Amino acid sequence: MNHPQEATEFLKDAANAKWHDDTLWFVRDKRDKVSKSVPEWEKLRNLASDIKDNVLANLETYLVEFEKNAKANNIHVHWAKDAAEHNQIVLGILNEHRCKAIVKSKSILTEECHLNPFLEKNGVEVVDTDLGERIVQFLNQPPSHIVLPAIHLKKMAISDIFHEKLQTEKGNDDPYYLTQAARKHLREKFLAAKVAITGVNFGVAETGEFVVCTNEGNADMGVHLADVHIACMGIEKIIPKREHLGVFLRLLARSATGQSITNYNSHFRSPSPGKEIHIVLVDNGRTEQLAREKFRNSLKCIRCGACMNTCPIYRRSGGFSYGSTVPGPIGSILSPGIDLQKHSSLPFASTLCGSCSDVCPVKINIHEQLYEWRQEITKAQGTNAKSISMSIANGIFAVPFAYKLSASMMRGALKILPESITYSGLNTWGKQRDLPELPKETFKDWYKKNRK
Amino acid sequence: MPQVNKIGLFIPCYVDQFYPNVAIATLELLEKLGCEVVYPSGQTCCGQPMANAGYERDTVGTAKHFLKTFKDFDYIVAPSGSCVLHVKEHSPSVPGLESEQQVTQHKIYELTEFITDVLKIDSIQGSYPHKVGYHASCHGQRGLRLASASELHETPFNKARQLLQQLEGLEWVELTRKDECCGFGGTFAVTEEALSIQMGKDRLEDHISHDVEILTGGDMSCIMHLQGIASRNKQNIQFKHIAEILNEAIS
Ligand code: SF4
Repeated sequence: MNHPQEATEFLKDAANAKWHDDTLWFVRDKRDKVSKSVPEWEKLRNLASDIKDNVLANLETYLVEFEKNAKANNIHVHWAKDAAEHNQIVLGILNEHRCKAIVKSKSILTEECHLNPFLEKNGVEVVDTDLGERIVQFLNQPPSHIVLPAIHLKKMAISDIFHEKLQTEKGNDDPYYLTQAARKHLREKFLAAKVAITGVNFGVAETGEFVVCTNEGNADMGVHLADVHIACMGIEKIIPKREHLGVFLRLLARSATGQSITNYNSHFRSPSPGKEIHIVLVDNGRTEQLAREKFRNSLKCIRCGACMNTCPIYRRSGGFSYGSTVPGPIGSILSPGIDLQKHSSLPFASTLCGSCSDVCPVKINIHEQLYEWRQEITKAQGTNAKSISMSIANGIFAVPFAYKLSASMMRGALKILPESITYSGLNTWGKQRDLPELPKETFKDWYKKNRK
Repeated sequence: MPQVNKIGLFIPCYVDQFYPNVAIATLELLEKLGCEVVYPSGQTCCGQPMANAGYERDTVGTAKHFLKTFKDFDYIVAPSGSCVLHVKEHSPSVPGLESEQQVTQHKIYELTEFITDVLKIDSIQGSYPHKVGYHASCHGQRGLRLASASELHETPFNKARQLLQQLEGLEWVELTRKDECCGFGGTFAVTEEALSIQMGKDRLEDHISHDVEILTGGDMSCIMHLQGIASRNKQNIQFKHIAEILNEAIS
């Protein structure tokens, strides 16, 4: 995956790129306004950050406490060291219940584990019930954003796919009409499914309960109609106490969409009589990330998506340009930890502007970690690698930025080279930008003449 | 104004080469404000471009040279938030010179913050009858906190605006996205060329659609990028470093 290439592709449709930028900026702007209506906003961010730091420093203790309390609540607790184990556990539960069709509400973790294709291969029909997720599922695409999975699609594209899959009127892109059609379609799926899968936003160690936040109520609909609820949870999703929800729930929706609260914040504590709840606690590289001192606090993420909405790169290159389950700034610091080679262009897909770190509700120093990943990546690539660094060496413009070359060499080059070369394909700077005019003398020379 | 002692002028390498007028304006401005300023001529690049490209470890030499060059000054002032941030936060540790390094990190200032925070000058008397748009470069904005960030819930402030708005006749233009990145980003400008250009175009559009006459800022790198795009597309807008505006206004 090469981010610059993907971004270039995305930008070719200029009108669409602008629409994408504006749409996400609108969400960011809404978030700004609503966050500013909370006087203690920055205090909440500090609190959330401190709580998560504590969790990461004592993860084992809280997980064990959570397991103990969940079990006491009659919840089945499973541990999965990686995606494969997670998928096997889920399949095992489905087989036990002879279940061939499930409903699933939004869960980035199951995306990360590629659960859908795995289950489908094993003869299980999976229906994503979050509207946006259902849309991308129809198109056989992954989500392009962790909170707004179909944000890359315009209304008409959705109308077209609904026409094909749900037989809605051709060309009718009225959002109400389309939503009603999806609703009817999903109702049937809800009624038929014996097992429902959800993600987990927060697992409370003190009580053994967990909280799932959705706007559409689809998690609840699925879970309450099914006999078995499987909740898939990354081990970092733990919080020590129920009262901490008062901090996180206030931050989450405001950061994500600019709402003051998610519509449904459902607490699951113990199964109703005759039903089952399973929790699958998944590591899948998280303990490794925890061991990387410079990058560990990326695990504080509550998956609000705000860093995507604010990122000037994400807004102009789209979620798919990152080629990772979690795109955007947070994805760019998580993904290299999973596969450094594959994701080596991501930490460079940033100007280090720092907007992500300022917007993040749990105060992850995202842009500083991007900088640190750059240092790691160049080390791993070695000096002879055909790496990003080589492209830096390309082009006349690069010369003043390579401190090893003397400035006078650069001046010489600028004067000597004919314009055709300066603006040739070799010189990336000059492709769509003029070079500054060369002054008669440097400041250094001027200073010598004009000051003692 | 408190008595300010010896000031070392730090001029980023590309400003020395491409924009001597910005360096001259910085020097003259500080002199007009009563400072004694010296430009140590042995200075070189601070190493930021290499570090941001992932080669911080290769900049120990430049960092050491920087420390030596400026060790005798009470303050170091530069017309660039980006280079100042680098010296403060991303210079690799120089073995044997750790304490000097710490001192340096505390005595280096970006030009506008030096004027407002050290010289404690709230306003500059002068006239500048133009419509001015301000480009808040990210490293100064969110790195050095030269202005409040739109993401944070904090009391609004802006050190450059504080100085510019006092000038008679100057009209400060409110932008739609007041602190969005311009897409320069050092090596990003070439490694992610398409994005860099698009971001630059969008920033320019914000200024031009608000009838900005002169686009100014505290970092010539961002301005070089924006000016390069505007010039290629024959867009009608002028560019000046904030030091040039302030220096011109009080003369
Ligand atoms: S890194 Fe921060 S802003 Fe980004 S998704 Fe996670 S919590 Fe939200």
